[in-house]
Amino acid sequence: MADRHLEPDTPELRARWGNFAWTKENAAKAKEIIARYPDGRQRSAVMPLLDLAQRQVGAETNTQGWLPIPVMEYIAAQLDMPVIRVVEVASFYTMYNLVPVGRFHVQVCGTTPCMLRGSDDILAACKARGMHKGHTTDDGLWTLTEVECMGNCASAPMVQINDDNYEDLTPQRLDAVLDALAAGKTPKAGTQEPGRHTVEPLGGPTTLTEMVSANHDYRKEW
Amino acid sequence: MPKVTVDGVELEVPAGATVLQACELAGKEIPRFCYHERLSIAGNCRMCLVEVKPGPPKPQASCALPAAEGQEIRTDSPMVKKAREGVMEFLLINHPLDCPICDQGGECDLQDQSVAYGRGASRYHEHKRAVTEKYMGPLIKTVMTRCIHCTRCVRFSEEVAGVDEIGALYRGEATQITTYLEHAAKHEMSANVIDLCPVGALTSRPYAFEARPWELKKTLSIDVSDAVGANIRIDSRGREALRILPRVNDDVNEEWLSDKGRFQVDGLTRRRLDRPWIRRDGKLVAASWDEAFAAVAKVNPGKDIAVIAGDLVDCETMFAAKALAGALGSTLLEGRQTGLSYDCSNLAAVNFNSTLSGIETADVVLIVGSQVRWEAPLVNSRLRKAAKAGAKFFVVGPEWETTFPATFLGNDLSVLDKLPKAAADALKGAERPALILGGAGLGKGALNGCLALAEKYKLIRDDWNGFNVLHMAASRMGGLMLGYAQPGGIADLVAAKPKLVLALGADEVDFTKFADSIVVYIGHHGDKGAHAADIILPAAAFSEKPGTYVNTEGRVQRADKAVFAPGDAREDWTILRALADALGVSVGFDSFDELRGAMATAVPALGHEGLADYGALPKAAKAKSEGVIEAYPIKDFYLTNPIARASETMQRCSAELLHGEEFAEAAE
Repeated sequence: MADRHLEPDTPELRARWGNFAWTKENAAKAKEIIARYPDGRQRSAVMPLLDLAQRQVGAETNTQGWLPIPVMEYIAAQLDMPVIRVVEVASFYTMYNLVPVGRFHVQVCGTTPCMLRGSDDILAACKARGMHKGHTTDDGLWTLTEVECMGNCASAPMVQINDDNYEDLTPQRLDAVLDALAAGKTPKAGTQEPGRHTVEPLGGPTTLTEMVSANHDYRKEW
Repeated sequence: MPKVTVDGVELEVPAGATVLQACELAGKEIPRFCYHERLSIAGNCRMCLVEVKPGPPKPQASCALPAAEGQEIRTDSPMVKKAREGVMEFLLINHPLDCPICDQGGECDLQDQSVAYGRGASRYHEHKRAVTEKYMGPLIKTVMTRCIHCTRCVRFSEEVAGVDEIGALYRGEATQITTYLEHAAKHEMSANVIDLCPVGALTSRPYAFEARPWELKKTLSIDVSDAVGANIRIDSRGREALRILPRVNDDVNEEWLSDKGRFQVDGLTRRRLDRPWIRRDGKLVAASWDEAFAAVAKVNPGKDIAVIAGDLVDCETMFAAKALAGALGSTLLEGRQTGLSYDCSNLAAVNFNSTLSGIETADVVLIVGSQVRWEAPLVNSRLRKAAKAGAKFFVVGPEWETTFPATFLGNDLSVLDKLPKAAADALKGAERPALILGGAGLGKGALNGCLALAEKYKLIRDDWNGFNVLHMAASRMGGLMLGYAQPGGIADLVAAKPKLVLALGADEVDFTKFADSIVVYIGHHGDKGAHAADIILPAAAFSEKPGTYVNTEGRVQRADKAVFAPGDAREDWTILRALADALGVSVGFDSFDELRGAMATAVPALGHEGLADYGALPKAAKAKSEGVIEAYPIKDFYLTNPIARASETMQRCSAELLHGEEFAEAAE
């Protein structure tokens, strides 16, 4: 996180993104987002608009998308707010990419529960495929980032790739997911553990077992 | 009025006060970094932790906690001591501790508070954070590694200056304070963040490595860069004034100062007139005082003498010159150098009657021909405050970038007679309507039209006077009080064809019109006035003489002498006293005290500090408002007076901030 930085404001950047404008669908979406907030409070729409812009940039560049300076200026102008306030928001939240990323942004959780469940192996598996933390692979396919807790501790370890989480990973399962993505397929999101659907306990409940079939009053047992 | 107990002492605090304010009322010092009286509350430095009961059993940030009935506040408990030590230790973790090479050293909040509230020694052995340098323009030097993220600068630029350009990027330990894309801070009050910064992250660039605060002599003075009369402190060492800082005066400048008032100080040592000069065969040659006085005596003007006062002179100088002219039998005095000729028979009509602090409470303001941001940045910050409280603004004149929402009504002054419906309705419905007439409006003769407006919309009420004229020269109100105004303005002086023109630091006059007169320039800088002069008598700048100044609201203020004038230059009044001898007349004073006494006798209001009373407004004559305001008088905010024009800092500001020149940064 500490190495986050803004993409330098160069003439090339201006030339590429200086005339950024919403696509027709996104313009309608942006209008709808701004309309969610009362008059004079349209600044509140900055976060969804930044997300929308990132997605549009992603669609244009066939990547996950990122936020060039001119795009942030475009949003600031639309919301009638100072650009620096937009940049503050965009730079605060790590899910806004400030520099170009690859087609798939692999965000490996390395916080304690995932680490205990083997996130180091996941990272090693990513590295074995040629990814480096904070970099995009030469083929433009993968960008690897180590992130903090994504809230999937019950199905650790996990990675987030663009909009989907892949949980209960082992290096093999991760490879399967990445191979599928690289092949243009859409692997099943969520847990990769066969037989598991969400984060229910594997092999049936171990606590509150009386509650499985009917309601049970545990209070008399306390 | 909640009653609270601070360290066992019970006291009543005003409703809405915070726990921190309650502690201050009880006389307890609460350390703080992010909290500032004139900014919004951020609550992010955590240095002001105190123990409050009832409440959670942990220290609380007193700046962000409202004082409530029955609170028991402790600022001296072991918990508070430990909390302060802890916070200080965290703040110092990423602070470089480079005090020996830091300009803030000696006047640093972090230094002082770590001595007072910190642990004796560090327990930290890990790596410290470092932050890349940020560029904030020619005035603000940054060493962002020292920043403790109090966000005072961010809040100042957003709330007071009204120009959002500083922000806090990234998050947590990686937070960095920066201007947008590291552009220079571009507003007229930007350098106040230097005072606000509690550490050495933002320091003064022109003053970098010049002096330590304990070496400096501090002199209380008045700013002359505009007509606001901001209260300043001149820090000097030996014979050189090194820097200017604002003083707190809630009635005038609160605690801010415009960049020009602060950084024109280096102009005080450059392009100075330090010896008399006499023009011989079209060329100025250096002379002695005796030769110069003899040259003036040779002109022997009799009553054919006129006096023109410049923008920066004090009342004493103007009074001494008036006495000299009077002794010779002349009353040809004028201070409005650029040819303005508005009616000055009633000074209430040319005064900022709402007062500077009063204008904050206005609810509808009509600005006529004034680019307030450049003409008086400190008034602009007051207007912004009014706007934040809900005031509406209408402006007659060319458009300028306001820091508050304003409606421009066009350049044509005829609009005064028939205001658009929105403006007329707003003024009619307002409780405290105000009008501000600026130099551009005065120049186009809008004074009468504005007086008519004041009658029509009842700008003057029992407890409210909304008629204001905003001047630009520090000497203006004092000059008008001393009679430096002819009915026809400076044209009357030209028409009188005086043999001798006494120019008191007058640098904006078109001297070609006085081609047949001998021009004696008494002033401190080799500027336009000196170029046109036949005899130059070197005098003292505002920092080099005691003086009385009257600001645009009619507030009489006194400044002290910080340093001596350079070389052979003398205080202005002594020059005029000696001239009286040379011309063989008596002016009736032999010392500065006698001069001040005579001035107070002649104009009693100048005898004591405070607001002068000019009485009621005159009735407006029946006349149509006409004319078009094409431009505002100030073309370059940073170069409006001879001191600023001589200042390298102001020249660079003008080139870089207004004209977009690029300066390569020296490698450090």
